[in-house]
Amino acid sequence: MIVVVDYRAGNLTSVKKALDHVGANCVISDDPGVVAKADKIILPGVGHFSATTTLERSGLRAAIQHAVDRGVPFLGICVGMQWMFESSEEAPAVPGLGWFAGECGRFPKEFKSPHVGWNSLACDDGSRLFRGIPSGSFVYFTHSYRAPVVSATVARCEYGGEFSAAVEQDQLFGVQFHPEKSGAVGMKILESFCVL
Amino acid sequence: MQFQQLRDAGDPAELAAAHSAAGADEVVLLDISASHEKRATLVDTVRRAAKQLFIPFTVGGGIRSLDEAMAVFDAGADKVSINSAALADPSLITRIGDRYGSQAVIVAIDAKRIRGNAKFEAYSGGGRKPTGRGVVEWAREAEERGAGEILLTSMDRDGTGAGFDCELTCVVSDAVRIPVIASGGGGDTQSFIDVFQRGRADAALAASIFHFGLRHLADLKQELQRAGIPMRWPC
Repeated sequence: MIVVVDYRAGNLTSVKKALDHVGANCVISDDPGVVAKADKIILPGVGHFSATTTLERSGLRAAIQHAVDRGVPFLGICVGMQWMFESSEEAPAVPGLGWFAGECGRFPKEFKSPHVGWNSLACDDGSRLFRGIPSGSFVYFTHSYRAPVVSATVARCEYGGEFSAAVEQDQLFGVQFHPEKSGAVGMKILESFCVL
Repeated sequence: MQFQQLRDAGDPAELAAAHSAAGADEVVLLDISASHEKRATLVDTVRRAAKQLFIPFTVGGGIRSLDEAMAVFDAGADKVSINSAALADPSLITRIGDRYGSQAVIVAIDAKRIRGNAKFEAYSGGGRKPTGRGVVEWAREAEERGAGEILLTSMDRDGTGAGFDCELTCVVSDAVRIPVIASGGGGDTQSFIDVFQRGRADAALAASIFHFGLRHLADLKQELQRAGIPMRWPC
């Protein structure tokens, strides 16, 4: 069972609709008990980085860490991926999970922000998430902050410099873009996560 | 004239799915009837359309309050577009943005050239009422209040297929740091090239030319890509 974590921060229905479309067995939950027992976890996220404080208060952070420690695959989407890093300039006092080093930062001033719209990916070979997705494929972004390129980066995007469009390390996966809004390419990426 | 000649193109939910399959990057559903009795129909149409869409879906037309916006989001919209209601009460932009994120709020502006001037006036009420407000000044306020994008329609060009108003588009695009979607007048391939290059639009919206089969979306995207405009193709 895939658990989509509900922490009042984002369009869960879009994510669930997309998962239903690819035939995944999934449930939306805000219960740490359910999350801790998940076979896979998806953490969506839209809006402000500080919304992740709800995850701390509710015991969901601990439940997620517990599941990930026993090898459960985890996919963070948008703010969900940013939270996998140490912190974000958007809410400097709010700690991220710290699974990847670095802080999420703003786009350079000369660039319109948020970065909204379709943009193309430079994908690395060998990524499980991007299997069958060629470099140059377009996905949909809407974000004001971005994660740095790190050793776990498997897809990059260019907008005001290169940033991490996706990270992947062991059972940890993160995507800055919205696969549930990225048409056929997005569905394929979600499906790859679901069949792991 | 341009806002008053309306033709029935068919079921919006089916059209939305068809355009998505043809390669549309986003779908915008604007309820132009926007009368009280028709609200329930709109929500049902949104729900049916959303079921088949896996690309961004914006809904607008007569959304007057946070409650009405919530009903539309619950039915499956990713963003709402507000126009007259935002002019009447700009705090609505902020209130919807606080609840759903500013990326979910598009402020739509209907703009008409002021005769003999290189300036533009914002209209409300489906393009019927001049507001006396300059479009650039209103776009800046909308941005300050938390709008995620501006949907800018040239009333002079709308429905003509004679090309977008690039002067209008670039003056607004240069004035704000949020994306500007150009609307009104999209016709031949060159009109789209112009609005991206000269108009500095971040996106372009067209309706009549696609609904009535006058242009094939896939052909247009390929032509734009060949002209060097960054374009999602193939989809």
